[in-house]
Amino acid sequence: MAKRIDVEDVNVFYSDFLAVEGASINIAPLTVTAFIGPSGCGKSTFLRILNRMHEVIPGGRVSGKVLLDGENLYGPGVDPVNVRRTVGMVFQKANPFPTMSIYDNVIAGYKIAGTRKSKNEMDDIVERSLKGANLWEEVKQRLNRPGAGLSGGQQQRLCIARAIAVEPSVLLMDEPCSALDPISTQAIEDLISELKSRYTIVIVTHNMQQAARVSDRTAFFNLAGVGQPGRLIEYDDTAKIFSNPTKKSTEDYISGRFG
Amino acid sequence: MSSSTSPAAVTSGGSAGRTAGQSDLIGARLPKWALPVAAAGAVAVALGLKLLFDWSGWYTAFFTAAAAFVVILTSWSFSVEGRRRAKDRFASTLVYACFVAAIVPLALILGYIAVKGIGVFSADFFLRSMNGVTSRDEGGGLYHALIGTLEIVGIAAVIALPIGIFTAIYLVEYGRGHFARAVTFFVDVMTGVPSIVAGLFVYTFLLLGFGMRPFGAAGAIALAILMVPVSVRASEEMLKLVPRDLREASYALGVPKWRTIVKVVLPTAMSGLITSALLAIARVAGETAPLILLVGYTASINFDPFSGDQATLPMLVWDQLGKRSGTASTALTEGRAWGAALALVLLVLILNVGARLLARLARPKTR
Repeated sequence: MAKRIDVEDVNVFYSDFLAVEGASINIAPLTVTAFIGPSGCGKSTFLRILNRMHEVIPGGRVSGKVLLDGENLYGPGVDPVNVRRTVGMVFQKANPFPTMSIYDNVIAGYKIAGTRKSKNEMDDIVERSLKGANLWEEVKQRLNRPGAGLSGGQQQRLCIARAIAVEPSVLLMDEPCSALDPISTQAIEDLISELKSRYTIVIVTHNMQQAARVSDRTAFFNLAGVGQPGRLIEYDDTAKIFSNPTKKSTEDYISGRFG
Repeated sequence: MSSSTSPAAVTSGGSAGRTAGQSDLIGARLPKWALPVAAAGAVAVALGLKLLFDWSGWYTAFFTAAAAFVVILTSWSFSVEGRRRAKDRFASTLVYACFVAAIVPLALILGYIAVKGIGVFSADFFLRSMNGVTSRDEGGGLYHALIGTLEIVGIAAVIALPIGIFTAIYLVEYGRGHFARAVTFFVDVMTGVPSIVAGLFVYTFLLLGFGMRPFGAAGAIALAILMVPVSVRASEEMLKLVPRDLREASYALGVPKWRTIVKVVLPTAMSGLITSALLAIARVAGETAPLILLVGYTASINFDPFSGDQATLPMLVWDQLGKRSGTASTALTEGRAWGAALALVLLVLILNVGARLLARLARPKTR
């Protein structure tokens, strides 16, 4: 079920380069948190440490603690594969598996991982996930067609269906709408509002208005200067961040003075 | 848009092609019949010079015509269309000339083989061996050689392709640092190993070292040595073409790395891997030197690649030309040699077409 995330004093490195410094954040379960900030400030990097995807990049490493309901994801003996089953991710560019049908794409989390499920179970999971992603009505007649044959917005919803099919506790979304048109973006934002009743959601977005529409709390990241590591500057209720922020750089960013 | 005011501002080399009242945006072009006329002119020039200087043979005339064509077309283009277009035509002509120069020998070879070899094709030719057929007899066939080639190349593929693909998977998915760099380096070195050296290696090791007689699989081992680097390199390129975000999508679902490779990366790259496998097979299908050392030759049918000499198509050519026994070739044997050569070319062609069909079936579909 949805879990809380507590990050304690985390530094994120690419080999020797420090990308994010000393970040700490507490995310309550069943909330939507938005990470905002200018390009290159480390918000996507910080998102990726929450499901141990950062270390997939050669040279990527993390120091500090990331607690999921109190359990440290970076503790000794923790298997990253298990972490990623609990913390799901949706990427900026929709990436359905091209060799698989829509049905196989949704069930991929089980099928590729080799988890045995009966045909009935799989049908149920596919239907539940596609309904959860608001895609069921559009594709229920053509589940056996290739996943890559859908429109951009549909592909992204397919990826969301795929992510929720494995029933994660947390759903991470890295700029999920930046490659989509406004109608599809609206569809996904509505979906996020529905999903938040079942999952803890963290979304990175470039679009401040989207953060204001969709999130309960917002975290603002920024760079001190060129070549400096990114830091978490301010983290508060969305309404407060966008109307009455505490830090000056936050205010400068949301009023468009930079970024 | 005023068109009568500024002829001086135009970049083209000559204003000869522009009539008054034409816009600055429109550049003059050569007429459509320019190319054939230039070609005809070049041929005329070449023929004229041939007669004038009394050249025997056609080669000088041919190259003169080619050079004259380039000169005529480029200078005509320069005067009408301007410097930029003239350079473009010059470069295009050179590119097309190189294409023709590359294709013509290939077409000639294929045509020659087809013409020479087709005469000897018959049902008998494919179903009989050379058992008991001397250089003075008609008849005989390549059945024994076809079996041998198919078996030996098949065994080589079974050995080399898995090694090649697994090495490629290691280099793309796992390899970092010194060991991977060393592997890449040695694979590159192996691409240049001459086939006789690969044959000699296996000969010294197996045949001399263990005192064995020539047998088919020994040749297959040498061919496998030649196939591995081609397979590694080509498979590596195909695996690299799989986008990284597909792997990330799989990892993010909590799928372990090896399963991601087996279930996502390999199926996505499958059509490319099939093409690479074919490239590797085509590389070795006609290699003769290792077969001379390791497989020998026999005029009769031998289905067993693990004992006794086997015939192969390249060796059949070699044998029919008299090289194995040191005798002269006759019209009959030459005909059979061409037939065997044509059969080999057709075999590779059929493999090619078959592999492309397979690759197309394996390609990720979007509809």
